[in-house]
Amino acid sequence: MLLALAATALVALALLSDLIVPRVEHLWARFRAGRRRAPTWAYDPGRERRAEQRARALLRSCINEEEWSMYRDLGFLRVWGTLADGPDDVGGTGGAPYAYLIYPHRPIVAYLAQTHRLLNEYCVTFPDETRPYGSSLLPDSDDVLAKWMALTGDERRLISTANMHLPGRQLDPAHVRRDLWRLSQWERARMRQLAGGDGPDRPADRQSAA
Amino acid sequence: MKPGHGEVLIAEGDVERAEDEQRLIEEFRRQLDAGLWAAVPLSDGEGRRESIMVRSFEEIPWDADRVIFFPRAAGGR
Repeated sequence: MLLALAATALVALALLSDLIVPRVEHLWARFRAGRRRAPTWAYDPGRERRAEQRARALLRSCINEEEWSMYRDLGFLRVWGTLADGPDDVGGTGGAPYAYLIYPHRPIVAYLAQTHRLLNEYCVTFPDETRPYGSSLLPDSDDVLAKWMALTGDERRLISTANMHLPGRQLDPAHVRRDLWRLSQWERARMRQLAGGDGPDRPADRQSAA
Repeated sequence: MKPGHGEVLIAEGDVERAEDEQRLIEEFRRQLDAGLWAAVPLSDGEGRRESIMVRSFEEIPWDADRVIFFPRAAGGR
């Protein structure tokens, strides 16, 4: 009798194992997960500020004194274009000098230096490919430096990588023209200051030309 | 340059010492293999600054004092 009951119980267990085993495994996993200490990430409110300070120091060490003053005073950098006929997608500048305005985390704006006619906006980012989801941004000054290095190092490559848009898609053209006016005023003031002998050093010819 | 952190020192050494050079080469390759771009800021001695993009260790000017790695550019919105 006892043997029969035991055999019946074993058979029943074997038949129910498909239902029981997954539940046991699930409960065991939940138990272990509950005991494991969850990783905590303490938010450091000063981290981004310190990162930006480091980025500013790095940017300052890479660009010249005039460019650094421009960025510090105006909040953007100007980089002269070096392609003979302008960026490929502009349709030719006829050899007229052109330049780019670099804003932190905003599109790069190409314009003709003499007329201040806006040519294009170039939208470019520097994503952290090791963290494709929710990646952090570069600090503002690192973003400017990355654009500056990529433009001065290989203008054609950066421009071909960027998404090109007509002026006004993201940046208000009136705002950009006002920045160009501010830049020209800033350069005049700087030239007056340098002529008066107050400046720290003389900027390169082309950079002080427009 | 590291997003969210700013500048991070990856490696340093003297390329005239063989063991340092080997270590710098390996780190350089590791960064490029991770998809980063490498640039060397330069000065022309007259106040003009620019940078060159380098794709191999041999392209780094011998007198360069640093190489800056930064995330590869991509088209933005």
